[in-house]
Amino acid sequence: MNYEVVIGLEVHVELKTNTKIFCSCPNEFGMAPNTNVCPRCLGLPGTLPVLNEKALEYAVLAGLALNCDIAEFSKFDRKNYFYPDLTKAYQISQFDLPVCEHGYLDIETDGKSKRVGVTRIHLEEDAGKLVHEGDTISLSNASLVDYNRAGVPLIEIVSEPDMRSADEARAYLEKLKAYIEYTGVSDVKMEQGSLRCDANVSIRPFGQEEFGTRAEVKNLNSFKAVQKAIEYEVERQIELIEDGGRVVQETRTWDDNQGMTFSLRGKEEANDYRYFPDPDLTPLIISKDYVEALRNTLPELPDVKKERIINDFGLQEYDAGVITSSRGLALFFDKTVELYNEPKKVCNWLMVEFCRLLNTESTEIEDSLVSPENLAQLLRLVEEGAISGKIAKTVFEDMFHTGKDPESIVKEKGLVQISDEGALDSIIDQVIAQNPKSVEDFKSGKKQAIGFLVGQIMKETKGQANPGLVNKMLTEKMS
Amino acid sequence: MKIELKDVEYVANLARLELSEPEKEEQLEKLNRILDYMEILAKVDTKDTAPLAHVLPIHNVLRKDEVHQTLETEKTLQNAPEESQGMFRVPKIV
Repeated sequence: MNYEVVIGLEVHVELKTNTKIFCSCPNEFGMAPNTNVCPRCLGLPGTLPVLNEKALEYAVLAGLALNCDIAEFSKFDRKNYFYPDLTKAYQISQFDLPVCEHGYLDIETDGKSKRVGVTRIHLEEDAGKLVHEGDTISLSNASLVDYNRAGVPLIEIVSEPDMRSADEARAYLEKLKAYIEYTGVSDVKMEQGSLRCDANVSIRPFGQEEFGTRAEVKNLNSFKAVQKAIEYEVERQIELIEDGGRVVQETRTWDDNQGMTFSLRGKEEANDYRYFPDPDLTPLIISKDYVEALRNTLPELPDVKKERIINDFGLQEYDAGVITSSRGLALFFDKTVELYNEPKKVCNWLMVEFCRLLNTESTEIEDSLVSPENLAQLLRLVEEGAISGKIAKTVFEDMFHTGKDPESIVKEKGLVQISDEGALDSIIDQVIAQNPKSVEDFKSGKKQAIGFLVGQIMKETKGQANPGLVNKMLTEKMS
Repeated sequence: MKIELKDVEYVANLARLELSEPEKEEQLEKLNRILDYMEILAKVDTKDTAPLAHVLPIHNVLRKDEVHQTLETEKTLQNAPEESQGMFRVPKIV
């Protein structure tokens, strides 16, 4: 039988505020355990939560970026459960009146566009972090709790069950990350946990309207993990049904090393959170003026930017997609083009050389030592013929590692292109003398033999010879 | 609506309460009395009344996003049943 895959994602995003959502402790990642805490986030008796105005602002901004309606009236509720990562035995969240609802994101897979609904975005507090003693959870007999993260502002972005493949889920998550990143409300770093994703996965026979029973998959720490875990889960559910079994509603965890999902706990009995309005927090009335003022501060968002650079600069759809997929890359592109108005060249350098180095060195473009000014200068040096394109790559690597400007590197290392006929003359003669076979081939009509000779000359000049000039002189000398 | 003993046990478990048999009976009776009162309240016509989000007529109490002082770690861990490496040590959960 053929099955249709149905996927919905729940994405948690930590907001980049200065302080926590309901108290004035710093919101910082990577601090010594239990240093960013106060009586309020420790849940000590007599303390009261007060909402951080920035957290509300950021949630509204995220909602506007994802085309949501912003609620005119919203409130906070308590979600009750016992777990040591919660200090109060409840998490302050939002139940029936979230800040944002009814949004969407357009994604592309295999050149096809598709709209994925965003059901809701609600504000809540993050929980503390548990470290298990011992090598694995099953071997440990105690857990250690760090409450620095308790009370960090989160938005939970819930999608409609609109995705039909692991590829679509990944495309949605990547798009979502880019959109949130552009708004500046979060770092959205999966490896630091400021972007976290759970996937609801189910299957149903093609043509059936009713949804199948879903499993919720947690512990997806990278885009690749999201894709692989969904692919695995689909396979598992199909096999289960084909073997005459049935899918049970449960929470499963993804094990990246084993490439499998494992059952964590049945959801049926565990899911009684007894939500009720939190009497410690006042409701929110969100005015149209407030929302519109925030809307005016939104930057140009990825899809609009992509359209613009395709239309204004004639970039390919794919290239424009890559450039706009990260805010840092897009800003870098804009600034470089402002200084050196050759968008296609700039795009190529960013996508090939720059992205390659960023990947191999695992650096974010924001932390890179290369500035748009320096890249523009490098491209100008190539255009002026001061250095060859090949040398430019070496210079760029140097710029990437040292942060120096290209002109200094070229001067220091003596990499200026040799465009002086006199300087090349003897080298060319020497190469011709040393390679009679290639010269013979060329003369007998094998024009491609010249490539080998040019290569030899480049080697002799350490890549500094002007290739156009070398070609011209070689052809003249051999005819 | 009346609840039964198994409902008391379910709610007690959610609240992590361990009740003896006589205590369960006592709670059953008390909870049912509360529910009886709810039956009376349910007779009030609330067709045109929005659910109440807060008992006081206030809204939008917000604070500035400014850092204030945090607690010293020794004080933070004062109530910890056990501590290790600056963290609260609790029995294994999973």
